[in-house]
This record gives sequence, structure tokens and C-alpha cells, in this order.
Amino acid sequence: MAAAAHSAILPRRGGIAGALSDAFWRHPGFLLFLLLTPPVLWLGIIYLGSLFALLAQSFFSIDEFSGLVQYEFTLKTYGELFKAQNLDIILRTVMMAAIVTLAAAAVAFPIAYFAARYARGKWKAFFYLAVMLPLWSSYLVKVYAWKLILAKEGILNWLLAKMHLTWLLEAWLSLPIVGGNSLSFSYTGTFLVFLYVWLPFMILPLQAALERVPVNLVEASSDLGAAPAQTFRNVIFPLALPGLVAGSIFTFSLTLGDYIIPQIVGTSRRFIGQAVYIHQGTAGNIPLAAAFTVVPIVVMGFYLWGAKRLGAFNAM
Amino acid sequence: MRADRNQRAPLALKIAATAGLLFLHLPILLIFVYAFTTEDKSYAWPPPGFTTKWFAVTWNRPDVWQALTLSVKVASISTAVALVLGTLCAAAVSQTKFFGRETISLLVILPIALPGIITGIALRSAFSIAEIPFSTWTIVLGHATFCVVVVYNNAVARFRRTSASLVEASMDLGADGFQTFRYVILPNIGTALLAGGMLAFALSFDEVIVTTFTAGQQQTLPIWMLEELVRPRQRPVTNVVAMVVVLVTFLPILAAFYLTRDGDQIAGSGK
Repeated sequence: MAAAAHSAILPRRGGIAGALSDAFWRHPGFLLFLLLTPPVLWLGIIYLGSLFALLAQSFFSIDEFSGLVQYEFTLKTYGELFKAQNLDIILRTVMMAAIVTLAAAAVAFPIAYFAARYARGKWKAFFYLAVMLPLWSSYLVKVYAWKLILAKEGILNWLLAKMHLTWLLEAWLSLPIVGGNSLSFSYTGTFLVFLYVWLPFMILPLQAALERVPVNLVEASSDLGAAPAQTFRNVIFPLALPGLVAGSIFTFSLTLGDYIIPQIVGTSRRFIGQAVYIHQGTAGNIPLAAAFTVVPIVVMGFYLWGAKRLGAFNAM
Repeated sequence: MRADRNQRAPLALKIAATAGLLFLHLPILLIFVYAFTTEDKSYAWPPPGFTTKWFAVTWNRPDVWQALTLSVKVASISTAVALVLGTLCAAAVSQTKFFGRETISLLVILPIALPGIITGIALRSAFSIAEIPFSTWTIVLGHATFCVVVVYNNAVARFRRTSASLVEASMDLGADGFQTFRYVILPNIGTALLAGGMLAFALSFDEVIVTTFTAGQQQTLPIWMLEELVRPRQRPVTNVVAMVVVLVTFLPILAAFYLTRDGDQIAGSGK
């Protein structure tokens, strides 16, 4: 019996490679361990390690006289976030992120809808690349392009002058809050650049969600007598909502954390990213900078929690 | 959702979609025009004249070449690291079910889901706590961390489509684990890895937010551009560099698209 059982199982392979290969087969857990160790160590130590080190520092405070960090547990630094000037920064950033997200949804919807419903064959590929290329082209080059466009001597002012619409721009710039000296030094400019840079992140998930809307539901709706607007409101929009929410995660999160765009195009009033940058750099106030980074993490935490309830993760 | 073949899009939709696409593309095309302008003191439009002399000027600039070299070096090393780590992770997650699998996917996605400034400042404060001096390697540490997710996404999508019976057949026919990897798994996931690697390269080549925190005094190409954006000194050279950067990033994206377009998931859809 023993001999028969022995012959039914292949002999073990010789050599180190063979022995290892056998070990992997016999103990799948061993292989899994080997596969997972390098990435988990890298991400765990380098990424999570630094992240926790940073968060820990937000519980320290800075001595107002010496400017040195005091390594004692305190919530004082978090208290500072609620000072009027810092609260202003947080509200301004969250408002901007919300408005950029809404505008991105409005601009992205027709593109995604057309690509999902009417584009086919060559046009499908064209639409896909037409969104992918701006998505992947250099972030700084895109910001730079808008610096060229919004400059006083730039193409936008030239175009408005040609169309005799300069008065319109001036009227807009004289408005409170959205206005300013010129487009490149106003919230309107900042908003346009944010919208431009993050727009592709909204189109892709939205298109993916729209592709999955069964066309016979749309047909059934019109067969039952719904006008196109009703079909859109009651059938297409609710089914596309998870994609919309998935896209908004990107536009919202990216706007919350950005510090370069408001620095290059915008007013001197700060956004969260700039506050973090200045506190950790020139001001040397790492605890406050760390506390500021907690704000986007918390805001995004709530946002993701809400998005998950709307089923946005299946649309990504 | 697919309309019938004879169904036409409403005119308003066509106009809105076209306007949206123009909004996405005209600013980038503008860069190409500005690279040839004769004006070097302002961003004047329309350009007073056209010239190609700024290409020669840029070619002879050592600071641009140094920044470019550093960027290519960092992107290559980060891509290599990301390829190894991303593939290992994707293999583990897609081939087996184990406790904490969701956590692993979350861990991989986190560096790109959280705003870049958080990754950047976290790494910087970690470097200062551990007293690590800034070098090429500190930049690589940051870049590789967020490049892993791109390779991982592509590899996971391909592993899911590769049927497990192929691997079993190879084992039944007497191949050992390494032979199976070399002759069965690798040819199957090869193009996905290539696409993922190209996207990782493009991502690293272009990254600026994390890099400002991990570079110290070194200049990668994006950091060089950022300085020019904040304090414009040589507008014509910046215009040319911007145009070249656009062209250089387009090639890997197009290549990645053609490598993975037959699949159910196309590379790059999750930057």
C-alpha cells in the first residue's frame, strides 16, 4: 500500500528552485506571505509610518516665545484651528471645493452622456483619448496654460475686446468676492483653473456609470409616455448618481489639498494647502501644519462615508 | 447604455459636448503656439511674430538638462520599484482570499486618495525626524509610494481576466512554479505591466506636489517649471519646455491605451 501511495505522488523536485516551488504549492500561505511582505513593508513603514508621525505632531504645540516645538500632549493646536482667520481658510477651501465639484459635474455630464450613448467605434476611442490626454498631461503645464490665457495681455482679454464685451468682464470683476483686479488675481480665475484641471476626473467615472444604464429602461420610460426631461430626471440621473459621486470624490479631494493653483492664480487669501505649506516651511510651526492636514482627512472621511452609502465605489 | 444605430444625438447635447471637449483641449494647444512666439517679455496675444530660435536657446540650457536628467532618473527608478511592489501586491490580492485583503487594497490606494500635500509633508517630517538628508532617493521614496497604485490597478484587472485553469494546467503538465510564472503568467500580464509601468513613469515624471517636500535643493523638471510659474524669468524657455513636456507625456499614454484597449478595463482610467 505504501509503495502505491508513494508512486501516486510525484517525487520532490531537486535543487533550490524546485524545493521552493514545491514549498509554494504545499503551503500557499507561505507564497502569500512572500508576495505581500515587500509591498506591505514599503507602504506600511514609509507611508503609514510618516503619516502617523505627522499626525502625532499635531498633538504637540509650539512655544509662542521661543518658537520651539514642545513635545507634550495638548489639544491647543487643534484649538487654534478654530481661530477666526484659520476657520476662514477652512471654510473658503471647502466652499471652493464644493463649487468646483458642482461646476465640474455640469460640464462633464454632456461629454460623458454623449460618449456613453452616441459615440461608437472610432468615435468611442476618440472620446476616450480626448479625456485621457488632458487627464494625464502635466499638471503644471495646464496651470501654466491658464496663466497665459488669463494674463492681462492674454488671449481671453483680447477675445473679449474683439467681441466688444470688455464691459462685461469689468462688471464681473467689480462684483464682491468673485471679482478682483484682474482675472488672474480673483477667485473667478482660481475657480476656472481648478475646474479645468480636475474636469477629466469627473468625466471618466460618470461615463462608466452611464455606460451601465440599461438602454431598455430608457426606452420603457419613453414608451410609458415620459417626456425626455422626465426620463432624464427619473431614470437616467438616479442611475448615473453613483458615477457622479465617484467623480466628485476626486474633484473635491484634489481641490481641498491643492496649494499650487491658488498660489499662482488667485488672491492673496489662503487655502488649506497654502496654510499647511507656509506653517511647515517659513513659519516652522509643524504642529499647526499637521493639524491643518487633519482637516482634509476628516472632511474626506465624512465624504467617503456618504459616498459609500450612495454606492459610489462600484462606479469607480 | 447604447442608443440604436439610427438614433441621433440632440443638437443641444452635441453643442455642449463639443464645447466641453474644446474647453479641455484649447488651453493645451495654446502652449504650442506660445512656444514659437517672438515676444519674450509678456504673454501678449496674438503673438507679434513666429520664430524657432527658442528651441535652440532651450537646447543649450544646462539647468534644463540637469532637471530633465534628474526627472528621468527618478521616474525610472520609481517605476521599477512600483512595478515589483505593484505586481506582488496584485498577485496576492487577486489569486487568493485572505483576512485583511480589503485593507491591503485600501493601503495601496491611500497615497493617491489623500491629497498629495499630506503625503509630502508627512514624508518631509519623517525625513527630518529620522535625520535623512535630501537626495535622489528621498524623491524616489515618495514617488514609488504613489506609483504602486497605477501598476497595481492594471495588474489586478489583468489577473482577474486570466483564468486560473491555465496555471493549473501548467502545473499538471509538470512545470514548477517558476516555469509557470515565466511561460504562463508573465506573457499573460506582460502588456498590462508595460502599460502600468508607462503610466507610473508619466505620473512620476509630472509630479510636483510631493516632490517639493522631498527634493530639498534639487530640481526636477516640474520643480523647475514651478519656479518659473511663481517668478517668471525666462518665459520663452518655459514655453518650449512646457510644449516638450506635453509631447513627452502623450506618448506613454497613447502607448498604454493601445496596449490595453481590448481589455475590459483600460489603463489609466484611475489616475
